[in-house]
Amino acid sequence: MPQWRDPANHVMAKQEQPGLLIHEIGGVDGVLEGHVELLKKHFHLITMKEFLENKKRLNEKIRSVFIHECKPVIDRELLQSLPHLKVIANSGVGVDHLDLKLIASFGIKVTNTPHAVSDSTADIGMALMLASARRLVEGCQISVSPQTEHFAADWLGDEVTGATLGIIGMGSIGYKVAKRAKAFEMKILYHNRNQRKEEEEKAVGACYCEKMEDLLQQSDFVMLVVNLTPQTFRFIGKRELELMKPSATLINISRGAVVDQDALVEALQNGTIKAAALDVTYPEPLPRDHSLLKLKNIIITPHIGTATVQATRKMTEEAVANILAVLNGLTIPSEVIPI
Amino acid sequence: MWWNKPVANQELLSSLPNLKVIATGGAGVDHLDLKLISSFGVKVANTPFAVSNATADMGMALMLASARRIVEGCQIAVSPNTEYFAADWMGDEVTGATLGIIGMGRIGYKVAQRAKAFEMKILYHNRSQRKEEEEQAVGAIYCKNIDDLLLQSDFVMLCVNLTPQTEKLIGKKELEMMKPTATLINISRGLVVDQDALVEALQNGVIKAAALDVTYPEPLPRNHPLLTLKNIIITPHVGGSTTKSCRLMMENMVESILATLNGLPIPNEV
Repeated sequence: MPQWRDPANHVMAKQEQPGLLIHEIGGVDGVLEGHVELLKKHFHLITMKEFLENKKRLNEKIRSVFIHECKPVIDRELLQSLPHLKVIANSGVGVDHLDLKLIASFGIKVTNTPHAVSDSTADIGMALMLASARRLVEGCQISVSPQTEHFAADWLGDEVTGATLGIIGMGSIGYKVAKRAKAFEMKILYHNRNQRKEEEEKAVGACYCEKMEDLLQQSDFVMLVVNLTPQTFRFIGKRELELMKPSATLINISRGAVVDQDALVEALQNGTIKAAALDVTYPEPLPRDHSLLKLKNIIITPHIGTATVQATRKMTEEAVANILAVLNGLTIPSEVIPI
Repeated sequence: MWWNKPVANQELLSSLPNLKVIATGGAGVDHLDLKLISSFGVKVANTPFAVSNATADMGMALMLASARRIVEGCQIAVSPNTEYFAADWMGDEVTGATLGIIGMGRIGYKVAQRAKAFEMKILYHNRSQRKEEEEQAVGAIYCKNIDDLLLQSDFVMLCVNLTPQTEKLIGKKELEMMKPTATLINISRGLVVDQDALVEALQNGVIKAAALDVTYPEPLPRNHPLLTLKNIIITPHVGGSTTKSCRLMMENMVESILATLNGLPIPNEV
């Protein structure tokens, strides 16, 4: 096939390119400026602002939407105004911000980027566990504090090597966390909707806990790596926190709403669990007067699980590949089917 | 001896005629005048094994915290001025990056074992090359010339002990050989790095960042330039500071002392 006919290489003239609706370029939550060239290679980029000013002319052109940082917001009104929309491609793996049933009712496909996010998110899980266990943030504050005259000999953290890690949600990201934790000689327990194959379990030395209670009672570190669904919404609540060891740490790299935050505040205040390390909360950011921000035994990062130059680039590339597959009638690499 | 105290000087040693052994907590013995102590017929024992896991863990913790800007991120998450989280705020990926380990002893090797699980490309420099099976087990490539390691690494981790040969091992020349996108991580001893050269390198973007668990002195004077830099994180020499390791260190030290006093072979004799 001549190179110019191969769909992957087919760089069309601008007017011919399928329209891709995006929220905006740059700024707080817009598409990264460094990725614009990649998108323009295949698509005629249309921002929401341009679309709203020119609905009649542009709505025929838009065949795809690229969602970045949960924007643009997809509602019935928008879907009704885009008669040629074929695919909504999300940058990132979580799609809890999308009404999948609604979108499917318009015959539109939804795709995400599970491959692009898994390494960087697994890395953040490990980073949070280590930073929390070894009191890294506190340590940095001591090192630079004007009041520091000496380093106290009785200032200790917890050992990660050889400790027990309980992974709740053993999908791609959870499994990568297990691989990393194994190198720290951690004992790995996991809870998942389904048990993994025996070879997969053996490769990382993971023991299946059919009952989440068993995992909670034995773990020194509990890491949440599920996606957010009606079943996982607030599934870590008062009862689950009380089942955890008082010396245990909760790490959340999934979605804030998976944890009952009020119950978590109470558990941390009362020493029901030792500490928490959260990359995700609800909302993000937390209101500035939220109780979680006042606690000493918590570290919170601003949802940076995929915030690396490499991961963000891969997410855009994966989204582009998904869109092109849909528009060209090819097998879709990462379609999200509503359950 | 804990945190290098009490100090074993001539005066103290002369005043303790029945002293048989000095057991020091940790792997480092750079704070001891080994010749002087030996001249009094006193034995020295350290605890090299007790700290190795905790220290290797700390090396990984610092690398991840630095690459992913964890400390800065925590500040943003709690700052009264934070209204939203910016989409263009990025760190560097650790998975798949190149880690250069300088000093492939017990601790360096454990770092390599951990880094391998992050699919890192591992280079190492050591006084002597490790056995082939050991290299293969962690996928580590020997760099006989330290320059080769410095030129290629995204993260350079110092895991040597402090000796006259390793003092200021990393100076201006070495920092200039590192990539401008690279991060220096030190979990060995502050004196292995020429701190003035490091300040300059960080100020001028010669290297991207540094993460230090050790400095000289400890703590640094409160007006030291290293404390004002944005592209550095410093922890208060906590590489071995876990409840488990400290207990193990104590047990090792007690064992060494009892063995000496009972005329038995001394575990961990230096």
